[in-house]
Amino acid sequence: MCLGIPMKIISIDGTDVVAEVDGVKRSASLMILDEVVGLGDYVVVHAGFAISKLDEADALETLELMREAFPVENYS
Amino acid sequence: MNYMDEFRDRSIVLGLAERIKELAAGRPEPMTFMEVCGTHTMAIYQYGLRSLLPDGVRLISGPGCPVCVTPNGYIDRAIALSRLPDTIITTFGDMVRVPGSTSSLMEERARGADVRIVYSPLDAVSIAEKNAGKRVVFLGVGFETTAPAIAGSILTAASKGLVNYSVLAAHKTIPLPMEILSSDPELSIDGYICPAHVSAIIGAEAYMPLAEKLGVPCVVTGFEPVDVMQGVEMLVRQVVEKRSSVEIQYGRVVKWEGNRKAQAILAEVFSVCDSEWRGIGVIPGSGLEIAEKFAAFDAEKTIPVTVEEPREHLGCLCGDILKGKRSPFDCPLFATVCMPESPVGACMVSSEGTCAAAYKYGR
Repeated sequence: MCLGIPMKIISIDGTDVVAEVDGVKRSASLMILDEVVGLGDYVVVHAGFAISKLDEADALETLELMREAFPVENYS
Repeated sequence: MNYMDEFRDRSIVLGLAERIKELAAGRPEPMTFMEVCGTHTMAIYQYGLRSLLPDGVRLISGPGCPVCVTPNGYIDRAIALSRLPDTIITTFGDMVRVPGSTSSLMEERARGADVRIVYSPLDAVSIAEKNAGKRVVFLGVGFETTAPAIAGSILTAASKGLVNYSVLAAHKTIPLPMEILSSDPELSIDGYICPAHVSAIIGAEAYMPLAEKLGVPCVVTGFEPVDVMQGVEMLVRQVVEKRSSVEIQYGRVVKWEGNRKAQAILAEVFSVCDSEWRGIGVIPGSGLEIAEKFAAFDAEKTIPVTVEEPREHLGCLCGDILKGKRSPFDCPLFATVCMPESPVGACMVSSEGTCAAAYKYGR
């Protein structure tokens, strides 16, 4: 039930946004979000509400560290 | 990039599995980690992550599926409400098939009750707007991830002046049962894979008592396979280094302090109450009920209804499974009498129940 999907904001109208992932669009409310978001930002959407802004820099850093530590050629 | 596929990278998962094996090698005692979120349970089964872990690292599932820990009495009340005239029950999909003491919402719908599955509680508010002559009740079940969304629907209904929208609230909060389970000598939990999106709301700081007072390592972990394996690796490392602290693996979404605005909305709309957990019993201070200020939106207070005496299902091991004491394979009903199409217990109904996950992926 706690599933939340990272979706990219593609339009904003006050506290309502439309967010998209893999071609699927959903409207979401920013009512309970405590961070400022803009077009192109990723938010985690749960039950029609954005609950958190996704920190892309953190995500990329994690992936980079992991790919360095575990290169594909060693684990395929 | 969609920030999901990248965290399903096979080579990273295998690399982490190897590192876990190295770290755990030569440990005299096996380590047991509990995941307390149904979405983790699902991911662990779906990606076969247990099979990648060495014998010395064991994962068990805890009370992390909100539908599963909701006692029969709640379902029975929802069923009783659905039988009232001019009443529309709105709910997330999982609740519809959960068997109550003698019926389910699905059976009631077949008999003519108006039971509607919605994606968001805001959809339920829209239904209330369009059906002024009827009362619309939303079944407010879920942990801290979901409770702010329900609170948001109540605030929205209040701002629109709606008088026909209410919530039957049975929200539960996660940290207290974790503290209770970690004190259970039968379980001996060496660490927690802490929930991902619950923590986005309450923050990693909520697990400080567990790590500091009870000495249990806690790692807030995301839902993708790379996340889970890295979370387990961080837990193994804490055990090996004899540390117990709160760490965040899922830093791209979870902050130490969580989502303060959602926390404030929760505090405004709900008050803390005692709550009954299936399998565990009543845990003081582990539930959220609608605050006095919003009593007009509380279906339990505003809609009087007679509810049948709740009965548990004989032979069903859901209670012990929710505590991590038994596995679905220990239950005589599992995959014989109790199946996804004809569930006996809630753990088989919810898509993220331990039995449903074991049935779909674990056999």
